[in-house]
Amino acid sequence: MAEIYIDGKAYQADPGQNLLAVCLSLGIDLPYFCWHPAMGSVGSCCQCAVKQFTDEKDQKGKIVMACMTPADEGTRISVADAQAEDLRRGVIEWLMTNHPHDCPVCEEGGECHLQDMTVMTGHLYRRDRFPKRTFRNQDLGPFLGHEMNRCITCYRCVRFYNDYAGGVDLQAQAIASHVYFGRLTDGALESPFSGNLVEVCPTGVFTDKTFSRRYTRKWDLMTAPSVCVHCAVGCNTQPGARYGELRRIMNRYNDQVNSYFLCDRGRFGYGLVNSEARICRVLRRGGDGVEPARAEEAVRALADRVRARRVLGIGSPRASLEANFLLRELVGPGRFFAGIAEADQRLAALTLSILRDGPVPAATRSRIEDADCVLVLGEDVTNTAPRVALSLRQATLNRAREAAAHAMVQPWKRTAVAQAAGGQRSPLFVLSPDVCALDDVAAQVFRGEPQTIARIGFAIAHRLAEEAPVVEGLTRAESELSESIAEALAGSARPLVVSGTGCGSPEVLQAAANLAWSLTVAERDPALWLALPECDSMGLAMLDAPPLEAAFTALEQGEADTLVVLENDLYRRLGEARVDAALAATRDFFLLDHLQHATAEKARWLLPVATFAETDATLVSAEGRAQRAYKVLPPGGEAREAWRWLGEIAAAARGRSEDTTFDAVTARLAAALPDFGPIAAAAPESHADKVPSRIPRATPRYSGRTAMDAQRDVKEQPPPRDPDSPFVFSMEGGAEATPGGLAPWYWVPSWSSNEALSRFQQEIPGPLRESRPGVRLIEPAPGAARFFTEPPPPFEPRPGSWLVLPLHHCLGGEEQSIHSEPIAQRAPEPYLAVGRTAADRLGLAEGQPTELRIGGEAHVLAVRVHPALPAGTAGLPGDLPGLAGIALPDWGEIRPLPAVPES
Amino acid sequence: MTETPLTARIDPTRGPLGLAGYQRAGGYRAVRKALKELDPQAVLDAVKASSLRGRGGAGFPTGTKWSFVPRGDDAPAPRYLVVNADEMEPGSFKDRLLLEGDPHQIIEGVILGAFAIGAEVAYIFLRGEYRASARILAQAIAEAKAAGLLGRDILGSGFDLELHLHRSAGRYICGEETALLNALEGTRAVPRTKPPFPQAAGLWGKPTVVNNVETLCNVPHIVAHGARWFRDLSRSEDGGTKIYGASGRIRRPGAWELPMGTPIREILEEHAGGMHPGYGFRGVLPGGASTDFLVERHLDLPMDFDSLIPAGSRLGTGTMILLDDRTCPVGLCLNLERFFAQESCGWCTPCRDGLPFVARTLEAIEAGEGREEDMRMLERHTRLLGMGHTFCAHAPGAMEPLQSALEYFREDFERHIRERRCPFRAARSQYRGPKATVRALANG
Repeated sequence: MAEIYIDGKAYQADPGQNLLAVCLSLGIDLPYFCWHPAMGSVGSCCQCAVKQFTDEKDQKGKIVMACMTPADEGTRISVADAQAEDLRRGVIEWLMTNHPHDCPVCEEGGECHLQDMTVMTGHLYRRDRFPKRTFRNQDLGPFLGHEMNRCITCYRCVRFYNDYAGGVDLQAQAIASHVYFGRLTDGALESPFSGNLVEVCPTGVFTDKTFSRRYTRKWDLMTAPSVCVHCAVGCNTQPGARYGELRRIMNRYNDQVNSYFLCDRGRFGYGLVNSEARICRVLRRGGDGVEPARAEEAVRALADRVRARRVLGIGSPRASLEANFLLRELVGPGRFFAGIAEADQRLAALTLSILRDGPVPAATRSRIEDADCVLVLGEDVTNTAPRVALSLRQATLNRAREAAAHAMVQPWKRTAVAQAAGGQRSPLFVLSPDVCALDDVAAQVFRGEPQTIARIGFAIAHRLAEEAPVVEGLTRAESELSESIAEALAGSARPLVVSGTGCGSPEVLQAAANLAWSLTVAERDPALWLALPECDSMGLAMLDAPPLEAAFTALEQGEADTLVVLENDLYRRLGEARVDAALAATRDFFLLDHLQHATAEKARWLLPVATFAETDATLVSAEGRAQRAYKVLPPGGEAREAWRWLGEIAAAARGRSEDTTFDAVTARLAAALPDFGPIAAAAPESHADKVPSRIPRATPRYSGRTAMDAQRDVKEQPPPRDPDSPFVFSMEGGAEATPGGLAPWYWVPSWSSNEALSRFQQEIPGPLRESRPGVRLIEPAPGAARFFTEPPPPFEPRPGSWLVLPLHHCLGGEEQSIHSEPIAQRAPEPYLAVGRTAADRLGLAEGQPTELRIGGEAHVLAVRVHPALPAGTAGLPGDLPGLAGIALPDWGEIRPLPAVPES
Repeated sequence: MTETPLTARIDPTRGPLGLAGYQRAGGYRAVRKALKELDPQAVLDAVKASSLRGRGGAGFPTGTKWSFVPRGDDAPAPRYLVVNADEMEPGSFKDRLLLEGDPHQIIEGVILGAFAIGAEVAYIFLRGEYRASARILAQAIAEAKAAGLLGRDILGSGFDLELHLHRSAGRYICGEETALLNALEGTRAVPRTKPPFPQAAGLWGKPTVVNNVETLCNVPHIVAHGARWFRDLSRSEDGGTKIYGASGRIRRPGAWELPMGTPIREILEEHAGGMHPGYGFRGVLPGGASTDFLVERHLDLPMDFDSLIPAGSRLGTGTMILLDDRTCPVGLCLNLERFFAQESCGWCTPCRDGLPFVARTLEAIEAGEGREEDMRMLERHTRLLGMGHTFCAHAPGAMEPLQSALEYFREDFERHIRERRCPFRAARSQYRGPKATVRALANG
């Protein structure tokens, strides 16, 4: 630590930081715009001017920008200096010359960094009497509004979008006082991280369109800490609700998972909560269709079947750990099934085993960003685990930071680092079947089918560790590639191997494991990141239940006659015929879910359950991190949390009531299954008695409480009770003393925008105050690795047949988020991707209708030519609606159909 | 030996010398000498000893700049030499004279500079509007290449140099060397954070020296005739000659190569022929638009890098703009500040949004809509847009003419506000500036 002096007072500061970050960490109010904790300093806005003195004798000092000045030992600055204050006031006055002052109609109003800074500098009266410049705004697609007149030209948007996230379609255009941030033409922003512009922009230029449509001020939202459910990364979110609707999702900081950013799927994919397709009532299907039923009837009916021991339970990788556990408890461990196809279940189990039984740990976000060499094996990370791809991009800058350090440039000077490095990047290798959004930062890319990718992975492992198995018969190119990657990995200190279940290949996962393990033999310090498909895929894998096919077999063999399905659409898991046959064998069929879907249409009993926003839940991320999410709003209508339904059914079945609070369920789970022992620690603060007082979900300024329900009853209703968490559905409580990890919102006096986050951190950009970022349930086993011993044979194309590989889409390629209209708009239509040679051989043109025969079914799809796809393969976006039941990869036949004449 | 080495071969009555003519007139002798007899260090030492200072305006010692380039076997490579030929300073046309008048001279300077710093690639970053220069340079480069003076293994010395001519898309800020490098790399022409300085990490992160055209044109003569000779050309501490220019209401606007340190009065009276009949002298911007006004009492100061500093101004490019007594100083400032506001790169707030504030205030004053508080606002801006408050020197430079105008021509500003009109415009033919017109320069 360095001792520095701010306005004559001595402080301890991190000498590796700049003075602005230090001041903010110390709780000193110093205004800024262009600096961002994740994007560093560029010195453009000149808002954080302070006076620096050379020593204690220096009375004159000179103005410096705090963000561009290191906190070296003995640094002396004055924040309160009159000249510095005057310049800071002047900067705001300049910024305000063109700002429209439309705060009352601006979505940013009330959580606007520009408002905060304006008040902080004391600029009050407009002295500029000249006309303001105006811009034409653009239609940037369904996610983001664009109001350029509000722009204060801090460059944060392009620095995030281009420099940080690798986007290419947003530019700073023109110069002088008409710098314009937009696309060359109107159109949706292409980057899957575009939504972060809402938070990165210090004012209301980029706003959340989905929020604008159902707008309310920040202070009128009820918020609570939540966890994203749209992939297995486990990003922390801060959803906000009003009038029983979810209105938006903002980022919630977790230094080990998502830090400052979310992907667009996670931010805009919340539409299911407000969806018309919600199941709101208990329904029973009779001869004449569905009719409402009473909850007690449903509970009793299921309890009866449970007592008769004729029930199989089907869990779900998108349900909470608690709900899965309670279902398992209800039907008995031997009658609980994982609710995913056997192939998927095997991949998930393999992933778990690699992380639990091997010597290499799963990487946290900071470990990913710290990597000095990355190998991506087969996984389309940008589409299966988007937030991780953003971190991988940052890892490639480590070499630039090293080069910059040689040139005496501090790592937080983002543009200077880039200049000093002249485009050098840490090596990142991408081996994938199709083009990958990380290709632009890759040292080398390789396109091949999973089998070949796995073989190369095995070969690299063997080069790094003799004891890893040899791969015979590599082509020269494959051999050279494996050599150059092995060399880069061997030359690195903190290598990272990234793979996952995305290409549906156990061999690829095994190759990734061998690779990571071989690096321990080579005495490097490797880490692994393995993608899984859904928010609790890992939790479900840890429950170690047999796959869906086993349940179907049991049903068909008459071992049971009743099915309870938890938050699962079985038609997404297996082919239609298979599911139909199994359901036909059931006498009774209960479904607990929140949205109508194909399976719901077959269920005899429908029990409406809470969505992620209405339930407490523990989810285990692909990293093996258990995280607690809290309900943001109470479930509406007859919906209840899935775990609550299951608790009640269990109580009815056993004829006695139990402690059904969430904490009790979690404790029982931890006691029953030792792997989950630490999960209570995922949210140690959740016990109401351990926090100083209850935590309000509503801000102190929450308005309309006494009027919101006046059309029903003019008397103010008591707020809904919440015995399951330390939160209350009201304004009462002590938000100020809340531990950072439980903060329902980031807001402190003078800082009403989310930039207030710094007050909830121990230091910038460190962990949150008094909080654990979840708890890791999986740590590597000590001892040497037992390598996978069987590399796959070379890929052999089949004449007349194509190996159809799964393709993934961040937007649209996920079951739940597609219920958001804006996401659906951005999702591609189902298509069949073919390589260049396949297109030529089959005579297929872009857009041409084609028949794909696969898994015993025929599908008609439009063709898209993906020139990079390896010979003998095709690609299918198997997560898109309508294609979800197709097991991939699998061999299929492709037959061109005559083009549809244009109408 | 000539006393005007830079312009000796320039003859406005004919076109520029081709390669043969240039060589007959002694051209490329310095290159031959350097590549055959000297090593890079010797060239660098000669330039250091010559007291040559950068002619782009900042006056940084050229030899010192070159010596910052890392050398040796493990030094980063390739290294680059970039010629700043983006002459966009209002009133400045000295580099154009050199480029159009004697293109092989700058090429010879580039070869020597690149040799000294070990650069294997050089760029001439040329102002977009200099079409004639582009044509003449392209032809000269082709000639030099064909003659083996550029390219691989120049004159059998083993020294390689690729020289590229790059025409700017046209922005004043590209004259700032790091913005120039960004433009050359194809990104926004915004100045870079320093450090790293270009000598350590410049173009594409490699060691790079950016030199002005006039600076490099001096190098062949230093190498050919020696540092001592070069220093002796000068009448001041800074070595060599300087191309001074003058524009405004003078009899013979133009540019002249004179010993460094020639007094302003001598340049204006003897070479520019004094004020145009009927016009009186009120002030002069000595080195382009971004330098402070000097007035009558400063006219005997020598025009060199150090002498103008105590008077509150600087040499800049050495190309003077005169303010006469029939031209409105507010209008002149407005013209300049509009230019600077328009040419702000838009990166930092004070410059991007402060300069338009200044320009619009001046606009109001000039239009007779000024208010008393405008004077305070203008003064406040000259303070707030000072050095250290902005990302680069653009806005502080823009404040130099304004702050000195507010000092020397304050009464003009106040009268605009008081009378709610521009007195110069009101009585265009008769009106002369306040106080007694300074008859500083002979009217012939």
